[in-house]
Order: sequence, then C-alpha cells, then structure tokens
Amino acid sequence: MRRAYFKFSWVAMALLAPQLLIIFVFFYWPSAQAVYWAFTLEQPWGGGNTWVGFENFRNVLSDPYYWASVRVSVIYALGTTALAMVMAMTLAVFVDRQLAGYKAYRVALIWPYAIAAPAVGLAFRFVFNPNAGILSYVNTVAPGLWDPTQSAAQAVLTVVIAGAWKQVAYSFIFFLAALQSIPRSLTEAAAMDGARPLRRIWDLQLPLLTPTIFFLLVINITDSFTDSFGIVDTLTGGGPFRATDLMVYKIYADGFRGFDYSGAAAQSIILMLLVMALTFVQFRYVERRVHYT
Amino acid sequence: MNTKLASAALALLASAGAASAEKIQFEYWYGLTGDLGKVVAETCNRFNASQDQYEAVCVGQDGYEKAVQNTIAAFRAGKHPTIVQSFDAGTADLMLSGEFYPVKKLMEDAGLTIDWANYFPGIANYYSASNGDFFSMPFNSSTPVYYYNKDQFAKAGISEAPLTWEGMEAAFKALKASGQDCGLAYAPSTWIDLEQFSMAHNIPVATNDNGYNGLDSELLFNTTLHLTHMENIQRWIGEGSALIRTAQSGKSARDSFIEGECSVFFSSIADHNTVHKLEPAFAWDVQMIPVYEGSARHNTVVGGASLWVLSGKSAEEYKAAANYLAFLATPESEEFWVSNTGYIPVTKTGYDALLAKGFYNNQPYVNRDIALKSLTFTEPGPLTRGIRLGSFIQIRAEWQAEVEAALAGQKTMKEALDTAVARGNDNLKRFAKTYAGKSFP
Repeated sequence: MRRAYFKFSWVAMALLAPQLLIIFVFFYWPSAQAVYWAFTLEQPWGGGNTWVGFENFRNVLSDPYYWASVRVSVIYALGTTALAMVMAMTLAVFVDRQLAGYKAYRVALIWPYAIAAPAVGLAFRFVFNPNAGILSYVNTVAPGLWDPTQSAAQAVLTVVIAGAWKQVAYSFIFFLAALQSIPRSLTEAAAMDGARPLRRIWDLQLPLLTPTIFFLLVINITDSFTDSFGIVDTLTGGGPFRATDLMVYKIYADGFRGFDYSGAAAQSIILMLLVMALTFVQFRYVERRVHYT
Repeated sequence: MNTKLASAALALLASAGAASAEKIQFEYWYGLTGDLGKVVAETCNRFNASQDQYEAVCVGQDGYEKAVQNTIAAFRAGKHPTIVQSFDAGTADLMLSGEFYPVKKLMEDAGLTIDWANYFPGIANYYSASNGDFFSMPFNSSTPVYYYNKDQFAKAGISEAPLTWEGMEAAFKALKASGQDCGLAYAPSTWIDLEQFSMAHNIPVATNDNGYNGLDSELLFNTTLHLTHMENIQRWIGEGSALIRTAQSGKSARDSFIEGECSVFFSSIADHNTVHKLEPAFAWDVQMIPVYEGSARHNTVVGGASLWVLSGKSAEEYKAAANYLAFLATPESEEFWVSNTGYIPVTKTGYDALLAKGFYNNQPYVNRDIALKSLTFTEPGPLTRGIRLGSFIQIRAEWQAEVEAALAGQKTMKEALDTAVARGNDNLKRFAKTYAGKSFP
C-alpha cells in the first residue's frame, strides 16, 4: 500500500482548524456528553446525576420491546435500502437510455430529495389512510383489508415505502452519474456484438457500477438507521402498539418526550455502535466484491 | 423557526423598548396552538395594552410537549423564559428539581394579593404543594365529558343522557335497534379512561395516594375497576357498538361524531367550542362521564395546563411576571379566556360572575358548566386530588401501546394492563432512583 507523508505545517493546521472545531463542537462534544449520561441517571432540569455504571445498558438490553425496536429498525433499513436502490437503479437506467422526455424525468426524480421527511410522512399518511386515502379503494373492494393503524405488518410496510420513496432521489443521482460515466464506446461495442439492453446492463453496466452500489449501500443503510425519525413521527407515531417504534424514534420518545435522558443516551450509544459495526461489516465483506477501476 | 421568530421579535421589542419608556420585559412560552394559541397571544396583548410598565413577550412553542422540552433545553443553557405553560404530566421533574418560584410566594414577594381560597378545590389541590400552597398558576382548565347526538338519542327513545355505564350500554343497544349502528367513537385515552375514570370512581391509580406521599409508588390500575371497564370497551368494539376512531387512522372520534357516524364520543370540555364551530347537522349536548352502578360518583380533576415561574431570573422580571399572572386572575381576563375558548373558569367568583350574567344560558355556552359540576361533584379526597407520579408521560405511553395491542387482539386486556403496570413500575423505580432522597414538596 502506498503511503504519503507530509511535513507538519502551521498553514495546513490553520486551514484544518475550522473544520475540526465544527466536528468537535457538533460531534465529539455531544457524543462525549451522551457517553457520560449513559452511565448516570441524569436529572432533566439539571441539579445533578447519579453514577449507575452499566445499569442503563442492562435495562435497555434486557427489555424485549427494545429488541423488537432493533428488529424493526433492521427490517426498515434493509427494506428501504433494497427498495430505494432497485427503484433508483431502474429509473436511472431508463433516464440513461434517453427515453422520450428523459430530461423532464431527470428533474422530477431529483425533487423528492428536497422534501423534508415530515412532509413525506404527511403525504403518505394521506396515501395510506384506510378511510380516506388512495388505498381506501382497497377497502371498498375488501372491507377491512387495509388498515395500517391496526396491522403491524402494514404499518411497517407504509414506513418502509415512504422511507424508500424519500431515498430514491439521492440514489438516483448517483446511479445516473455513474451510468453516464461509463464510456459510450463500451456499450456501443457490446451492442454491436449483439448484446440486448438487459444483457448489457447485467454484464457490462452493473459490474462497472459496483463502487457506486457499494457507496450507496453504506449511505442508505446508515441513513435509514439514523434519519427515519421524521417519517415515523408523522406517519405512525411509532404505533400501532410499537410496531414501527424504530430505534431513533424510541430515543426521541424516551429522551425528549419522557425525560429519560440517560436511557436515551444509552440507546444512542448502542445505535452508534450498531451502525459502526454494520459499516465495518460492509467494508470488510461486501467491499471485496467491488471492482474499482 | 419559532426561536428565530422569537429572537427577531425580541430584537424588535428591544429596539422599540429603548426608544420609548423602559419597559420591563419577561418571556412567556406557551404550548397551545392554533385558535387557542392565538387567544393566549391575545391575553399578552391585552396585558401589554393594560399598563405601560411591563411587557410580556409571548412565544408559542408548538404543543405542550415541545413547550416543556424546549424550556428544559433552554434552562440548561440559561436562556429559559420566566413563565412556561406546562401540562400536568410534564411537571413531576420540575417539582423535584426545585427550579421554580412557587406562585404563592412570588405573588407575596411582589406585594400582589390573590385570593387563593377562591380557586375550585379540584383545581387548587392539583397545583399545590402538600401544605396547600400553590406551585403554579391555574390557567387553561378542563375536565372530560361525553358528547352525544341528541337527535339519534331521541330516535332511539333515550330521553336522558345516561350517567352510568350500564345506562350507556343500554343506550348503545337502543341506538342499534333504532338503526344507529355505532354508539361510541372510541379513541384510547389514559387521561379519560384511566385517570379521570379512577377519580370519578374514587379508586387508586397508584399506591401512596396516587403518588402524593412518596416516590416509592407502584401502579395499581390492573387490579381495579379500570380493568373491567377496559374489558367492557373491548367487548363493545367486538359487538360493533363502538368503533375505534383515532387521528392516526384518518378519522378522529370527533370527526366520526360530527359526521353522525357514531352517537357518542368522550373528550375534554375544551372541545365544546370546537364542536360548536364545526356546526354538526344535528342537536347535541354534553354530559358528565358515567360511573358504574354501585360506585358513588366522585369529582373528576382538572386537565390542561398551568403556568410555572422558573428560577434564575431577575427580580424585575419576576415582578413583571407576577403582574401578568395577577392580570390573568382578574374576572375580566377569566371571562375573556372562557368565552373565547372551551375552557372553564378556575375561580368561584369568576364562575359566579358568569352565572350572574346568564353566560351559560346562551349558545354556544349552554351546558358547558357540566364540566364544573363534574369537577366539583365532591370535595377532593386522597384518591381524587390528582396524580403525582414521575415518568408519567412514559406511563401513559405504556398504557396506550398496551391497550392498542389488546384492542388489536394481540393479547387480552388483563395481560395488556399487567404489562403496562409492570413497565410503568420500572419507570417509577428509575425515577425514584434519579431523585434519590427527594420527595414531592
């Protein structure tokens, strides 16, 4: 492996300082605070705390509902990531093939990324509403079939779809850029050899896209663990009966709503470790299959 | 967003203040939103216009929960308001922290006289220390009632709105026989189904007289009549006399009532104003929440929020805040508040003044004082003073999630309430440990 060495330079340090300061103030400092709280019982209005060692972690980890929350978070992460990436890839391939009106699609497909998560949640709340929404037509055919307020599986499905919809745009941009960076000469050569579009995607474009796919996999999974709050909050509020109580939502509910700062801090630490572990696994095992050109 | 607006408003006020006479300003954060939030803002405008010494800077915080959350965050950073509107379940931590200025003392220190005995006991007990001194200023006060469709009741041959649950069940049957399928639009609510239900029946929610006598309290609601009641509700839903109607499902219980889908729904008296504004196409009225036969009816307690004065402010700000609170306590302010919202008066003289004017004889206020009847039905006893439990927001959430699971058929109601109690007790133990050695003042 090549290594580069630089001489220590005050100019470099000065240029780095603002960025380091921001990371320190907005990441390391709060994280350190969270770690401290996770080992204490913190009084919300200040006024002191008690050192309790690993008790907060023991409480959280021995709570069956916490494990249910971890389980549904994993389902959500895998579900949204798979759905979003497949959708994004499909759309990007269509736009890349310059089908009629692709310029308009390209803009329209990027838009959802600019929509705030709570707005997405509200929009889908209407779509999935069993009494008044678009899916209420299902209920006119088969009464009571669709009701995410009563069915845990349907509720999870609604947050997965809403979450995926929001993430499609981001993945789409990257897929499109990657597809467009594949030299035309390659696809044209393949076409001349008689490869049909699907064959070209499978044998040529997908292998060349693996670095992008890997990057998006890491980003999407991390994002769906940490950035699902807005959608859950507006779409289901964690219900029905905790079925969509994702880890980030539970942290909010326990910490901010319930004033259990310490329990929430312990959960944050666990979430952070989980995301780090997942990312490690991806780099260690998935990246082996990635071909960087 | 709100804080930006607030700081912009502050900057404006600061420059305006510097230009004109030096007014003493204080900040007041409130949680009410929408129309009610506007009325709160109007109380500030009225106060500011009524004198030229003090200026209330009132900032809406987008909900009760956010008001308390934001205040805690601001408090930890030393930038908190002088007054915060806090809802009942959010105050146990504040009480134990001691980071507040009890309003009785505040008023005495500011040289303002308030007739504390004038407050309805059901309200006074809720907001006072064990020695009877007020912690916080009663403000928006309500209690639950049920709303019923008079036309549908008449068609089913029910002349009197039932005051017992047995009568209510008979009414559901009569409604069904008359072609009105849904009697009750039901949305699970700890406040109504557990807390106020227990008050009206004089049964405990928790040991230690509902938490008043110590932090080592344990929940009891899985052993009381509450369990039977929840099982009955579940049965009514099974029989089709009741439908689950929640905001999450797209149609709230109130919507269902207003459409005429269901004949009855339970809610705070504060909804009286809203229901009136929505102009249902039928005659309707309200009644006290029912009790089971064989139980003597007791008082319900106040819900809503009160105004807390926080510690760490200057003497001048306290003086200004005290004057604002005194302004709110005048009969004129009370009438303004009561006539523009669905809330009820909190003082006896305020209520008497309204009665003398015939306030409750005219629409939209007719029978709104049923809530006061419910609130003052008996003198509050050890079990009907209110509930003073830590982690109460979480206990409510546990109850809600477990009851939802039971109603969805995932477990029996007994299992659900057992789980809610066990988990709630864990929360209470944690709370007691967080505040080891302290007790409610």
